[in-house]
Amino acid sequence: MKKKKLLWILSTLLVLALAASCAAAPAPSAATTVATSVPATDATTTAAAETTALAQPAVKEIILATTTSTQDSGLLDYLIPKFEQQTGYVIKTIAVGTGQALELGAKGEADALLTHAPSSEKPLVDAGQVVNYQLVMHNDFIVVGPPADPAKIMDLTAVTDAFKAIAAQEATFISRGDKSGTHTKELSVWKAAGLESPSGTWYQESGQGMGSTLTIANEKEAYTLSDRATYLAQKTNLELEILNQGSKELLNIYHVMQVNPETYPMVNAAGAEAFVAFMIDPATQALIGEFGVEEFGEPLFFPDALN
Amino acid sequence: MIASGDAEIFGVTLLTLLVSGLATLLSLLVGVPLGVVLGLVRFRGRRLVVSLVNTGMGMPPVVVGLWVSIFLWRSGPFGALRLIYTPAAIIIAQTLIATPVITGFTIAAIQHLTPKLRLQILALGASRWQFLWTILKESRIALMAAVIAGFGSIVSEVGASMMVGGNIKGYTRVLTTATSMEVSKGNFPVAVALSIILVALAFGVTYLLTVFQQWERKDRNLKLPQDQEFAPADRPGPIGPAIPNNSADDQKEAVK
Repeated sequence: MKKKKLLWILSTLLVLALAASCAAAPAPSAATTVATSVPATDATTTAAAETTALAQPAVKEIILATTTSTQDSGLLDYLIPKFEQQTGYVIKTIAVGTGQALELGAKGEADALLTHAPSSEKPLVDAGQVVNYQLVMHNDFIVVGPPADPAKIMDLTAVTDAFKAIAAQEATFISRGDKSGTHTKELSVWKAAGLESPSGTWYQESGQGMGSTLTIANEKEAYTLSDRATYLAQKTNLELEILNQGSKELLNIYHVMQVNPETYPMVNAAGAEAFVAFMIDPATQALIGEFGVEEFGEPLFFPDALN
Repeated sequence: MIASGDAEIFGVTLLTLLVSGLATLLSLLVGVPLGVVLGLVRFRGRRLVVSLVNTGMGMPPVVVGLWVSIFLWRSGPFGALRLIYTPAAIIIAQTLIATPVITGFTIAAIQHLTPKLRLQILALGASRWQFLWTILKESRIALMAAVIAGFGSIVSEVGASMMVGGNIKGYTRVLTTATSMEVSKGNFPVAVALSIILVALAFGVTYLLTVFQQWERKDRNLKLPQDQEFAPADRPGPIGPAIPNNSADDQKEAVK
């Protein structure tokens, strides 16, 4: 009795699991479904099916390693469905810090990269690990902090002066501490401010993405460096205010690139090339410029590929 | 939002259930036989193996995630299979997490049986398979606890799923990774909703398994009379020539 029931339950689970693996697979394009659902004896249908087969990319999946800011701001959810619809590729987005994204690229684990740390990207470009390196867009970093502004940075123009004031006051500062693009930028600003490696109880590393780091800074009434897009996307949950902006050091530049298929044969070169082409396409660039205007009253990213 | 039945959240929930369910099933297939062997057979180094299994019961998912990643990456030994960032990768990692849990519980269940019972079964002339089957039947309550613990340990883990699955929208996004992401996006209401779904799912599955676990004895007593075959003489017979001793299906046929 027990055995029968157990077998019944196990087999139900198995069937469900099989059904799931089908359902879980990336949604096949409508064309494929049509081609398989009509009888193959029909000559026209067969022809149609063949055309469809030719139009389908050989390897459909593209692994895109990118930064948390493009995911947390909602930009990828906005752009990627359009790319998938246009090309038939399926993008698998791995949203990690820029440091890890570049590492995945350097090891050939990803096909395309979208990152925002030119100083960390340059070695990969020089070494030929990535190719087709293209400027996509920019926005800027901002220094956010509690409205009370204990280090009085609001009236300071240069970001280096603001950082110096924070360090002098030992006001709590939350660093990403994760080798992300934002972290790289933060360290370069500290360096420019003449503080090689800030330390002390006031300087804390979250080790997490931009969204989480903003939440932590908010709870601790601390300062942090954020990209504008993530900050604006989360502003409703935050009491933090923009206290310093506009210095030229705070420019946040995004590049897209493909991992060199000659070094790594498993890389989906055609797919990555299509993605790079999509990101710098005038139509996509216009979409990037419009993104967030409706919701936040200002664009989150400024397209650059056309200039 | 839960009530409105968002299609994406439904997909995420379904994937969570199926991935963790299948991983539990695979862990059972490996863990129970392994546990039975380790529970019954005495050999040199057995204590070491059992200690390893017991350590594995508390293996941090993120460690499993890292090692599975290393093996599944394109640069890893199984890179050519292209399994990294797929639901299959999550199933592999979760199976590795749940197998020691189920093995450990099975060892404990088998060893908990009194040795006299084993002697008694053998004395009654049971074959090898009858012996094993009886042993498993006798420890069924503890074995169901193993299933519950195994499922619970993987449906709730986030580290391994995030690392080997990549939290890809509509493909490898499960409830735990989605919750983690929504928190980092600052979408707290969505994160709270997802966490409620996750707890409800865990409770629902555990409840079903528990009912199944506790139900057995009563069930066996009730079912006994049905096992005896009664001659269908007093039943209304099918119309027309039909094989007697047959039931509802034939009647339907005849009506048509």
